[in-house]
Amino acid sequence: MTQSLKDKLVIILLAAVIAAFSITFIAIEEQVEIFALLVFAAALVLGGAKLGITASIAQSLARNERLMNFAFIAATIAVVFWFREDHFPLLMIATVLLYVIACCGLNIQFGFTGVVNFAGAAFFGVGCYTAAVLGGTSVPLLLVIVLGGVIAAIVGSVLIIPVLRTRGHYAAVVTIAFGLLFRTFLEVNDTLGGPQGLGVSGMNLFGWDFNNNIEISENLEISFYMNYVVLALIMVILTFVLMRRIERSWIGLNFDAVRLDETAAACFGIDIKRWKIVAFTLGNFLAGTAGALYAMMLGFIAPSNFAFSDSLILVSIVLLGGMGSLWGTILAAGLVVLLPEKLQVIQEYRFLIYAVVMILILLFRPQGILPRGLRAYIPGWRG
Amino acid sequence: MAQQQETVLTFRGLTRRFGGVIALNKFDMELTNGQIVGLIGPNGSGKTTSFNVLTGIYEANGGSIEFLGQDITSWPAQKVYEAGVARTFQRSRLCLELSIFDNIMIGNHKRLNHGLLFNIFQRKALREQIRENHEEARKLLKIFDPALADKMFDPVGSLRMIDRRRIEICRALISHPRLLLLDEPSAGMTHEETRELMDDILEVREMIDGLSIILVEHEMGMIERVTDKCIVLNFGQKICEGAYRDVASDKLVQEAYLGGE
Ligand SMILES: Nc1ncnc2c1ncn2[C@@H]1O[C@H](COP(=O)(O)OP(=O)(O)O)[C@@H](O)[C@H]1O
Ligand SMILES: [Mg+2]
Repeated sequence: MTQSLKDKLVIILLAAVIAAFSITFIAIEEQVEIFALLVFAAALVLGGAKLGITASIAQSLARNERLMNFAFIAATIAVVFWFREDHFPLLMIATVLLYVIACCGLNIQFGFTGVVNFAGAAFFGVGCYTAAVLGGTSVPLLLVIVLGGVIAAIVGSVLIIPVLRTRGHYAAVVTIAFGLLFRTFLEVNDTLGGPQGLGVSGMNLFGWDFNNNIEISENLEISFYMNYVVLALIMVILTFVLMRRIERSWIGLNFDAVRLDETAAACFGIDIKRWKIVAFTLGNFLAGTAGALYAMMLGFIAPSNFAFSDSLILVSIVLLGGMGSLWGTILAAGLVVLLPEKLQVIQEYRFLIYAVVMILILLFRPQGILPRGLRAYIPGWRG
Repeated sequence: MAQQQETVLTFRGLTRRFGGVIALNKFDMELTNGQIVGLIGPNGSGKTTSFNVLTGIYEANGGSIEFLGQDITSWPAQKVYEAGVARTFQRSRLCLELSIFDNIMIGNHKRLNHGLLFNIFQRKALREQIRENHEEARKLLKIFDPALADKMFDPVGSLRMIDRRRIEICRALISHPRLLLLDEPSAGMTHEETRELMDDILEVREMIDGLSIILVEHEMGMIERVTDKCIVLNFGQKICEGAYRDVASDKLVQEAYLGGE
């Protein structure tokens, strides 16, 4: 069997296994079974790593990037199709996808450029409130999603000066303060619903109401959440294309240089402020777009959705997946969003467990579970 | 030939203090086109500080810097680089987790297109630019070490110290600067390696029109061999200037070195 054929088979099999695993994981309810499945998966991955199988799979993937992208999209579609009639699994999947978009935003800021942002939930929230306020007007709802991003970016510009002036811990404190301020502002602001929050009208595309189930036939009624999953998936794909193009360009190189050594970067003409502003703005834009669709999907939002702890969850996804790692972000978002929903133990001790996991990751695998590789400007090309 | 005499760089009374320490004290110097100047002196005498003030990392507390006829005393680091000054650092400052190619391209900043729309949407033109610059970086690196040129996409962190020094010099040279600042490039190298490195630098100088170099170096053999003139600093002050032979036999210089140890 030729190498390339083998690679292709490996990728298709891998995608199938991931799809099957995801379906099983989402479908089963029994706590013991879920636990067993997780242990099984962990053993499989660790064993594979020991035997060098994961490394060889990684090489197959790297050699066939296009096929890999399609295989993983197909796997996602398979999982979604499996749960076509079930509200809750689809809601969870859409939530994961929207978290992925928000975390891609954080990845541009933090993972690429080293600009910390502990107010991710606030920028997500700006998108949510944009959707709540504009949803009832005549502005087309697809445009509302874009506006959610634009307004999040504009609100973020308030923070640009302090973020540029401070570094490290100080910048972190500045963003934390902003996040708290944002929530307090929402709570005391009656036009935005105060602590009770606001209702949000659902997505509607050219007369297609996202909040109606789709009746195909008498015995097949697809959950209305399918609409949101499909739109969220399209947004994730667009976000990924954007992220990849940024990473594999001089912009990505400038971001890295700013993160790794500001002094050296300045000595080679790199405008530190410019690239921090670009990264911060772009990241907040992505978080805002994700928030806007999220609000439309939930139909209701309140200040309590945008606590400091929610910002921490976004940051922990980035760290867990691996700074700047796109596939890592998906895996980590899946784990962080789904695990508490599936395992009640985690729900109760959620933050304790997050804290422990984060400390373990930072100590023993600071590059995250799926570390970002070296920049391959042109896939498959090595000069 | 008239160009040979063109002044590239002038320091006039350049002064820099750190609290009570006067790191540079009324430093005057002049550098002409194509010249190689050795900057020597005991540890802590202000050699690195003069590079840092010149490249805009630190502000001068007094005096002025003129580069190619422009007063650049208070210019930010980015503008100084754009004007044609490139440097290496005493303690190597490469991005270890990036590839060799990435690191060299950081030094090539002023010749790349950084437009957002160009980078995100004009992928074909971008690829063209990447390929061209890759080829050029390869050629440059080949002069220093042909083996390195075949490892352009390896992380710099995986390389030996000597190779990292070579890459740092390539990062500085790739943008065709008018003035190259080398801060102890041979630190940690053997005599043989030092010789090789200097030969490579001289070879590159032939390719870049009118490249001037300021070399900070402890290895006196290297200074003797390559410099047109030497400047000796002690406690931030210039104590001697001239051809290596004259400087080496100067009494003040010998005292500074013996007294400094
Ligand atoms: N960033 C700084 N902060 C405080 N003192 C400094 C700094 N940089 C240099 N110095 C001081 O300035 C003097 C000259 O240092 P430097 O230029 O590094 O010397 P050299 O490169 O000749 O060994 C030393 O006394 C050093 O301690
Ligand atoms: Mg020094």
